[in-house]
Amino acid sequence: MDEQLKIEMGKQGVFITSLQELYNWGRKSSVWPMQFGLACCAIEMIATTMARYDMARFGAEVFRPSPRQADMMIISGTVTKKMAPQVVRLYNQMAEPRYVIAMGACAISGGPFKQGYNVLKGIDRYIPVDVHIPGCPPRPEALLHALMTLQKKIAGQPLTGEDRPRHLDAEAQGEFPVPHQGEHDLVPTSNQGVWPVPITIK
Amino acid sequence: MAASPYFSLAVLFLAALGFGLAPLGLAWLWGRVFSPPKPNHIKNAIYECGLESKGDAWVQFRSAYYLYAIIFLIFDVEAVFLLPFAVAFTGLSAVACVAMLVFVLMLVEGLAWAWAKGVLTWA
Repeated sequence: MDEQLKIEMGKQGVFITSLQELYNWGRKSSVWPMQFGLACCAIEMIATTMARYDMARFGAEVFRPSPRQADMMIISGTVTKKMAPQVVRLYNQMAEPRYVIAMGACAISGGPFKQGYNVLKGIDRYIPVDVHIPGCPPRPEALLHALMTLQKKIAGQPLTGEDRPRHLDAEAQGEFPVPHQGEHDLVPTSNQGVWPVPITIK
Repeated sequence: MAASPYFSLAVLFLAALGFGLAPLGLAWLWGRVFSPPKPNHIKNAIYECGLESKGDAWVQFRSAYYLYAIIFLIFDVEAVFLLPFAVAFTGLSAVACVAMLVFVLMLVEGLAWAWAKGVLTWA
């Protein structure tokens, strides 16, 4: 649709939209996060939902205690290798279309515990992450910014073609393999389809 | 039919039924027509949880918990009944008073029995 024409019509008091815009507007304004906290970042996540920062302004205040009713997962904190299979299993149980926000240094890379033997070096090794927020912990404003970024991403998705959201793509992967505890590490150590192992040049 | 005194009730009943069933039907229709079908065996698991369900749901509880049931009945349920009893006490007829006393005395008997059995002793 011609943007100029839309603005011109808007000035005359005629509101024009397309089905795609309406659909995406509905999707982005009703993201339901899962009530699920992993570590200290969860405290900031809780603060974000409270009156001072008020996540409800963005339609994302309905924290659901069941993955079946939620479509956004906020990985709020350190993902230990013991917790990673549970996180991936919960992600698999969430309703499509589902989104992931990796909150804080630990969730995106392992953070200060990156050298630790028991911490996963970023949840994006197993599940696709939509928005990464750096910080230790990120302030509530940063989480709100991540949500707005996600909303922008949802609003910009065309409903047809290559870049259509995953739930409209019948071919897209629905199940992400859950790792299990191996002898020394999680097996597999990453999901190749989501996170291709970077090549180290020595 | 419209002359029947119960006609308006029937209409209200149907409206109430529709009020309850219409959202369920719409949700079902929405789920069938629009919701993206991406099932997998983890999503279709009976219980949604990060941990895999193990064992059987048909667990037997120990029969010894009957003691807790009795003590709960005495101290909790009795208190619930005693409050309205006390509030309405001055306006009660003798029959109602006796009926209530029978109920209270039965629970007091349970308390005496539990006391004699040594259930109340902290050990």
